[in-house]
Formats: sequence, structure tokens, C-alpha cells
Amino acid sequence: MTRFLVRRALWFLLTVWLVVSVSFVLMRAVRGGPFSGERALAPAIEARLAERYHLDWPLWKQYLQYVGPFDWSEHGTGFLGGDGTRPFGGLLALDLGPSFRYRDFTVNDILAQSLPISATLGALALLVALALGVPAGIFSAVKRGSTLDLLVRLAATIGIALPNFVVAGLLLVFFVFQLGLLPPAGWGGLRHLVLPAFVLGLPYAAYVARLVRSGMLEVLSSDFVRTARAKGLPERIVLVRHALRAAILPLVTYLGPATAGILTGSLVVEKIFAIPGTGSHFVNSALNRDYTLAMGVTLVYTVLVYTLNLAVDLAHALLDPRLAPEEGA
Amino acid sequence: MSADARLTGWLAAARAVRGAGPWRAALRRLVADRAALAAALFLLCVATGSLAAPFLPLASPQVMQLGEPRPPRLVPLGDHGWAHRVTLEFELEEALRSREMLARTEQTLVALARRACGAQARVFRRGQREETHGLALVLPYRRDLDPARGSELAARLAQHLAAETVDGKLHLRGGGDVAVRLVGASATDGYGTTSRFDAWLLARRQACFGFWQLGPLLGTDAKGRDLLARLVFGSRISLAVALAGAFVSLFVGVVYGAVSGYAGGKLDERMMRFVDVLYSIPFLFVVIFVITLLDAWQAELAGLGIGRMTAFFLVLGLVTWLTMARVVRGEVRALRQREFVEAARVLGASHARILAVHILPHLLGLVAVYLTLTLPSVMLYEAFLSFLGLGVRAPDVSWGLLAADALEAISPLSITWWLVLGPALFLGSTLLALNVLGDGLRDALDPRLGPAGGAR
Repeated sequence: MTRFLVRRALWFLLTVWLVVSVSFVLMRAVRGGPFSGERALAPAIEARLAERYHLDWPLWKQYLQYVGPFDWSEHGTGFLGGDGTRPFGGLLALDLGPSFRYRDFTVNDILAQSLPISATLGALALLVALALGVPAGIFSAVKRGSTLDLLVRLAATIGIALPNFVVAGLLLVFFVFQLGLLPPAGWGGLRHLVLPAFVLGLPYAAYVARLVRSGMLEVLSSDFVRTARAKGLPERIVLVRHALRAAILPLVTYLGPATAGILTGSLVVEKIFAIPGTGSHFVNSALNRDYTLAMGVTLVYTVLVYTLNLAVDLAHALLDPRLAPEEGA
Repeated sequence: MSADARLTGWLAAARAVRGAGPWRAALRRLVADRAALAAALFLLCVATGSLAAPFLPLASPQVMQLGEPRPPRLVPLGDHGWAHRVTLEFELEEALRSREMLARTEQTLVALARRACGAQARVFRRGQREETHGLALVLPYRRDLDPARGSELAARLAQHLAAETVDGKLHLRGGGDVAVRLVGASATDGYGTTSRFDAWLLARRQACFGFWQLGPLLGTDAKGRDLLARLVFGSRISLAVALAGAFVSLFVGVVYGAVSGYAGGKLDERMMRFVDVLYSIPFLFVVIFVITLLDAWQAELAGLGIGRMTAFFLVLGLVTWLTMARVVRGEVRALRQREFVEAARVLGASHARILAVHILPHLLGLVAVYLTLTLPSVMLYEAFLSFLGLGVRAPDVSWGLLAADALEAISPLSITWWLVLGPALFLGSTLLALNVLGDGLRDALDPRLGPAGGAR
């Protein structure tokens, strides 16, 4: 088990390192630099900016500065010739560097502000997905072949196929502009959260419903359910305590990709509903050529998603010993 | 004798049984799956409509009109002022009273126009009911007639007119004369098609429908452009990007998976571990990041012959090949153990030959299934990115872009719900059909996989 974890971590680090290095080189090789805009800057300002962001350094030194763990600037460690006020920096010291556009903020500042918002939204969306998907899946499996089952399956197919910005548009038209029930956009009370969380969670609810349905169908025809029924347990207990527990395993596996998808999907949803989360910042950074911010967010999300997937794999192994990762795999 | 007869009977019966190959059986299963069949037919319609967009009697997707966006109206095929024409305006000095004179004037002018530019014009009367004081001759658009492109149509026509004019009056065919003045020639190119195929389609459309076109069935957008036309023309880019991206993904996935599965051992393990790692990367972020970088490198890429769109679908293809690689690898591993591969190897076939001739043909069904399942995901990526303003850009149109425009245009003051509904219908139904067809194909080609197989 430990070996498995270590191996996976090593592979992951290797990938991240590759991605970071390649994009770093591409980023710095961009012609004109990140500050070239519509209006030309005065040479003195440009020189100051280059100095501030260390663009006047040779590439290898910029790279080492970005990756860390030592700060190579004049405030860096003593043995590199600095005064030692800020010895550590760079990715290895969990420092994602300064933002190129929001000049008074570091990428860390921006993430610290916006990640909690995105996390709240994502958690709510996941809740929506489970709260809608699990009951729908159970009912549809129990009443197999009924109109309800048909409706659930139809809704699930449509829910998976429709992209979330399309759903968002339709819901906005109906609930916000026609009925005036909810605020169109922004961040504040619970009312602001209803639509985004629903839109974000809907496709995953559809998937969850499908998974639970097929899992339940399989389990309901198994022997232990028949036994449970035969010994006279009420149907509710048979379903919840016996069947659901076994049917839920595929769902646990799916939680990893689902969380990743919700995190990714929140990019678009945050943009639509003007929510000041990490996703909005990321899209803006991409449109503004704020490379450090874009790269920082990409990195953080990659690590986040990877960790989640790993956690799900481990949870799965704990729930079902048959699936424990083989040694050496 | 009876045993013999029975034997011949069996043989005859066996001969009568038509063996169904795996493809035929799969096709039969697919046809039996009504949802998949409907999806396939629908997709065929979408593809045909998108390919033949200039042929369809649609309004112009480009010509703007001032004013409020208009909601959908059920206006059937009619003459709504086609925005792809050359107009010649004539003014009559005095209103003609007799209908016959008017008809003669029209005939003369049409003949004049035919001599000047070799096309049959249609005449529109300008003026109050009985009092016609102007005539507009309308020709199908041609580049060589466009004054904006340097055509001297007006001058040529004026010459012809002068040749037939005596004492300031045009001599009419069939007798009589009338004072006519050429006011001007103008052209609107509402389709701006560049490829020869599209130009040919437009010409066919003119032959079939003349100046008739559909009304704003899905309404018009904030700039007064017909939404239906924009959706149909936009489908070309959406579908093209999806297809190209899916084929890139197919190519990478099949090659990677086949090599990995065929090589086996350490190499296989490493290659698959790499895929595992890539699986856990949130690709939308990476794609956006890469696209911003590519934007900065546009000039260099153009030097290599890679345009913006090419780079775009290359990137999309390069992030969607993982599932394909995994599935292909599994299948190749199984195929590698089979006797016919062993036989080929014993006969001295090279590895490349075994892969290409003996193994790849067996992957066809599998690849078809995953191609139909990759298409919607590439389409979704395209729509997402265009929606965020990072993919297709104006003046090109795609469904994602239209959805983005819709959300930008809508406000409590003008609830332009039709702008949201149109892209939702097109994008949603196409994605739905692709998903249904993919599932159907998978069930048809490999019933063992079942509906839960390949859940990712």
C-alpha cells in the first residue's frame, strides 16, 4: 500500500514538474512580454516592471526563482547574496509568485480570497447532485419499467447531454426573468447560490442517478436481498440498509471524477453568475494574459483533483477489500 | 436411406442458413434500437443541413438590421428581401399611368440589364399603389457585379441606356417611350462565402428558390441578424471542430494504445501509468492555459502553417484521447494472444505489419463506438471555450459563441429568451443524439459491454 502511494506520488510529481517547466519556458518566451498592451509603456516604467518581476534575469535564474525553494532576489537567503529577510519562495515553498495583472496581489492572495467561494459552490453542487441523484436512482430501480423510471432515465440522458451554460441560460430566463424569484447574479446570501449550485450539480445528479439505478438493479436481484425480504424485514429497511449499501460502491468511485468535473465546471458557472470565485479569476487571467495567475490556478486545481482521486481510490479499497491496489502496481 | 436422407436434409438446411457476420449482426441490433436509429438519422440531417447551409433558403447570417431584437415569428417562405443581391435603381421622371406601358418599361429594362451583365433580373416597383415612380432591378449576387469590388456595372448600364435613349426618353420595345434615369447600383453580399463549393451551392439555391427565403423563425439577435441562419451556418464550425478534434484524438489514442498494448511489459506499464496521471488533470484549465499561450505564439504558429482554428482543434484532440488509448490498449492486449497473430509472427511478419494488417482492423468497431463518444466531449469543450471567449471568435460563428452572445444580450429590460433557446435546442439535441448513438453503437457492436461499460 505504501509503495503504491509513493509510486503514484512520484509519477504525479514528475508530470507536474514537466508541465510546470514546459509552460514556464513558453510563458517567458512569449514575445513582447506580459505587459505589452495596446498602449506602449514608457521605457522607464517597463524597466521597473521588468525589475520587479525579475524579467531582466537570465531564464535559468527566473526558473529557479519560480520553482524555489530559495529566494534569489536581494531579499533572499544569505548564501545567495541576499539580506535574508525572505529566504524561501517559489513553488516548493508553496509560493505561486506575484500576479502580472493585479499588481498589488500575489497569486496566493487571490487564491486565498477566492478558493473558499468556489469550494462552497462546489460542495453545494455536490450536495445537489447526491440529493437529487440518489433518491431518483433508487426510485427508478425499485419501480423499474414504470413511467417514473422512464422519466428519470430520460431526464438523466438529457441532463448528461446538455452543457451547463445552456441549462443556466434556460433557468435564468425562466426563474429570474420570467418569474423573478431569484437574483440573476452575484455573491451574497443563499438566494444567490440556488441557481449556480443547481446548474453545476445537475449533470452529476444525472450521472449519479444512472449509477445508483444500475447498482440497485444488480443488487436487488441478489440472494442477500431475497434473504432479507424472506426474513420479513420491512421493504424500507431492505432497500436502505441492505441494498443501497452494496449498490453505492460505484458511486464512491464516481465521486472523484465528479468532484473534478464540478471544480472544472464551476469555471463557466462562476462566469455566468458573476461569482468571484477562482474560476472567474482564472478565466479573466487567461483573457488578460496574466500567466502566473493562470498557471497558479491550474497547478492548484491539478493537485487538488489528483489528491481527491487518490483519496477516492483509497476509500474504495477500504470499502471493498477485493479492490485493494496490487503491490507493485 | 433414411439416415442419408436426413443428412442431406440437414446439409440443405445448413446451407439455407445465411451466416450473419459480426458487422451485419451489429447493424441489425443497431436498427432494432429505435432510439439509436432515430439519433443516427437526426445526426445525418444535421450534418447534411450544415454542409449544405448555403443551399437552404435561410436569411443572411451576417447582414445586420438596426432596432430591437425581434422574437420568433412564424413567417413561412416568402420574399423578405434577400440580402445577397445586386440592386439597380431606376427612376421614372413621370408616373406611368397605363399598366401596359409599365410592363413594357420593365421588359425593356430587364433586357437591358441582361445585355449589360448577362443575368435575368427581377423587377420590384417602388411607389404608391398605382403610382409607380421607380423600378428596382434585382439580380442574384455576383462578385464581378459588386461595385464595392470595383465593378463598373453602373457605368456599363448607363452606356447601354444612353444607346437606346432618344431625346432623353428611352425607346421601349413594342412601341412608346418613357423618361428613365439610372439612380445607382448597389450590392449586398450577405453570405460572403469564399469556397467554390459554397458559391456553387448558393448558385443552386438561386436556381431553386430565387429570392425566396424563410422568415425569422427563431427570431433575430441583438444586432438584427437572423438566429436560425446563424445557428445553421454556425453548425459548420462547431461540427468541423468536433470532427477534426475527434480524429486527432482518435489517431493519438489508437497509436498510443496499440503501441502500449502490443509492446506489453515495462513499457506498457509506464505508458499506462502516464495515462493514469493525465486522467487526474483538470483538462479545461490546462486547455485554457495552453490556448492563452498559443495566442501569444500565433505568429510563429502561422509560420508553421498552423492557423488559430487548427491549433484549437489540435489542442482539443490532444486532451481527449485518454479513454480511447485505454480501451484500445486492452483490446490489443487481448488480440495479441490470439492464434492468428502468433501465426503471422511465425511467418516472419514485422511488428509494424502485424499491428497494421492483423490487429488494427479488429479495432474498427471499438474505435467507431469511442469516436461517437469522443465527438460530444470535443464539442462540449469547443462550446465551453467559445462560450468563455477563448475559442471560436467573431466573425466566425459557433454554437458556443451564440450561447454566450445570448447570455450577454439578455437583461431584465429585454428578455430575449429566444436567443437562449435557439442554441440550447441545437447544441442540446446534437449532443443528446451523439450520446444516444454512441450508447447504441456500443450495445450493438459489443453486447457484452452493456450499458454501464466505459462509464467515463
